Amino acid sequence: MAMMTYLEAIHKGIEEEMARDEKVVIFGEDVGGMKGGVFGVTKGLAEKFGDERCFNTPLTEGLIGGLAVGLGTVGYRAIGEFQFADYILPAVNQLISEASRMRYRTKGDWTAPITFRAPYGGGVRGGLYHSQSTEKVLFGQPGLRIVTPSSPRDAKALIKAAIRCDDPVLFYEHKRLYRLLKEDVPEDDHVVPIDKANVVREGDDITVIGYGMVLNHALKAAEILSKEGYEAEVVDVRSIYPLDKETLVKAAKKTGKVLLVTEDNLEGSVMSEISAIIAEEALFDLDAPIKRLAGPDSPSMPYALPLEREFLVTEDKVLNAMRELAEF
Amino acid sequence: MKKLAESGLTKEEIIKAYRYVLLGRRLDERLWQLTRIGKTSFNISGQGHEVGQVAMAMAFDHDKDYFLPYYRDMTPCLVWGMTPKDILLGSLGKEDDPSSHGRQMPNHYGSKEHNIVTHSSTVSTQFPLATGVAYGAQLGKKDYVTLTTTGEGAANQGEVQEAMNFAGVKKLPLIFVFENNGYAISVGREEQYASEKLSDRGPAFGFTGIQVDGHDFVESYLAFKQVVADARNGKGPALIELMVTRLTAHSADDDHSVYRSKEDIENLKNNDGLLLFEKQLIDEGYLTREQMKAMDKDLKEEINQATDEAEAMPDPTPDTILEQVYADK
Repeated sequence: MAMMTYLEAIHKGIEEEMARDEKVVIFGEDVGGMKGGVFGVTKGLAEKFGDERCFNTPLTEGLIGGLAVGLGTVGYRAIGEFQFADYILPAVNQLISEASRMRYRTKGDWTAPITFRAPYGGGVRGGLYHSQSTEKVLFGQPGLRIVTPSSPRDAKALIKAAIRCDDPVLFYEHKRLYRLLKEDVPEDDHVVPIDKANVVREGDDITVIGYGMVLNHALKAAEILSKEGYEAEVVDVRSIYPLDKETLVKAAKKTGKVLLVTEDNLEGSVMSEISAIIAEEALFDLDAPIKRLAGPDSPSMPYALPLEREFLVTEDKVLNAMRELAEF
Repeated sequence: MKKLAESGLTKEEIIKAYRYVLLGRRLDERLWQLTRIGKTSFNISGQGHEVGQVAMAMAFDHDKDYFLPYYRDMTPCLVWGMTPKDILLGSLGKEDDPSSHGRQMPNHYGSKEHNIVTHSSTVSTQFPLATGVAYGAQLGKKDYVTLTTTGEGAANQGEVQEAMNFAGVKKLPLIFVFENNGYAISVGREEQYASEKLSDRGPAFGFTGIQVDGHDFVESYLAFKQVVADARNGKGPALIELMVTRLTAHSADDDHSVYRSKEDIENLKNNDGLLLFEKQLIDEGYLTREQMKAMDKDLKEEINQATDEAEAMPDPTPDTILEQVYADK
């Protein structure tokens, strides 16, 4: 075990996989050279593995997408970094038209074993274009996988799983968590499944489902609520797409009271789909209407502090929603 | 037109080139027939591109070089190693279609066996993808060259510029081709781009750009031969603008008499690369009209047989719809 931040855990996972498999290459804007990424996730990798395996690209996200897919067709495992999840948008054509169906449209003759990394999420005064949760743009696209870790431990294990996966995986990294979380992380070759949700806290009164920053809020709120006599089951979605329906439905049935939390806009978020699944699969086990807690339906998270705070799903908001549901 | 002897190719190689041009034409005619009688849903044609396309393809080493084509490139795919039956299996949507196993529309070519990388219909996505294939050669210290093509319409897509820019930066062994037939479906050249030559975009990204007459086999072949040799020797990418004629409507769903002038359509036969190439072969003593007729007869028989064989092959079954969505399924 070693103490690592969420950021250090991702770095370490990538470093281990690049050492383990020489076919792993990593690139993106500011990823190579001495800088090693605007957040520093890839710092030192160019020095360690050479400028051919860790390199800068021009400011061209469509190229980053296509370069990764092309490398996949000739036997490489590319890790393409989008500097912010907001900047995936110019690459969506490559992700949907090429990566998602390279395998399907050739019935497995060609594949796209790619990891696309992208820092997402708000609360860093990033305004409209450095705060977004763009996972819903690609959510529901069969052929792609979307995963996100919510702890340093999972960050290392999940990035390793993503790199080894033979499918194209979008690996969302919550930028607020990069340096906020620190914990003991296994130093050995610990990997978690790419397609499983994770029950991170057990309880019998309410079920809270989320990922990223809000999942951490829910864990803290659960401890407060515990002192008030309510025990919350907290589930980390982790595999955003395809969803681990079995774990999610089981957790919903267990308590019969479900709170779905996302920092994305309410409408059309990942939680809308989870809500539909629970309604279909577990309606008669529910004791309360499914509750969704999310950001308001403004186009994105605004910059000014009062506006950002208004948008953010804070720990207080999560605690209040959990208490309300527990008391229902 | 440049004399065939200037190509440096043997007589056999030149006759082989003609055979591919003629095969491409006749096979495409068969694909139109199959669409017209309702056996396939669609066809999009390379008629009028074939001479330049064969010259292009013959400049590559098909045992190791990679090809990322677009939908008018049936003929160069044949040169690269696909068979008429392979093409027909695709148009008929059969399970054994090597391009997509019946999952893509007709004319979306690919073959793992022959290093022909599958492409989308979202024109230009193959350009960034080709940079990855080409970068793989640099990473693996391999000497294959990658070829990718598109029409002059898609040449204006953003991803095309992104890919050419990156290829210039990394000096990738990658040949870009714009097959310029002057029409993006119905939109003519003057509404597509303002520059005189699209080949000028090569130097804009730091590498060679050459405009060649795709009706002239030797001019086209020599240009490709040079840029392929340069790319293989580490001198980086090149762009070739291949000037061709679109003899047909955009596709089986289009009627070009709506937007092309009567004169333009009447003049097409004068710019038919196949006819020009045949005249040259006769004039320069490579083949006689009788030999061409005999070859044509053989090819038609070959295509008839391939059609029968392809039609007899099984369709994909409905229960396979979710196969190969993900690696574990």
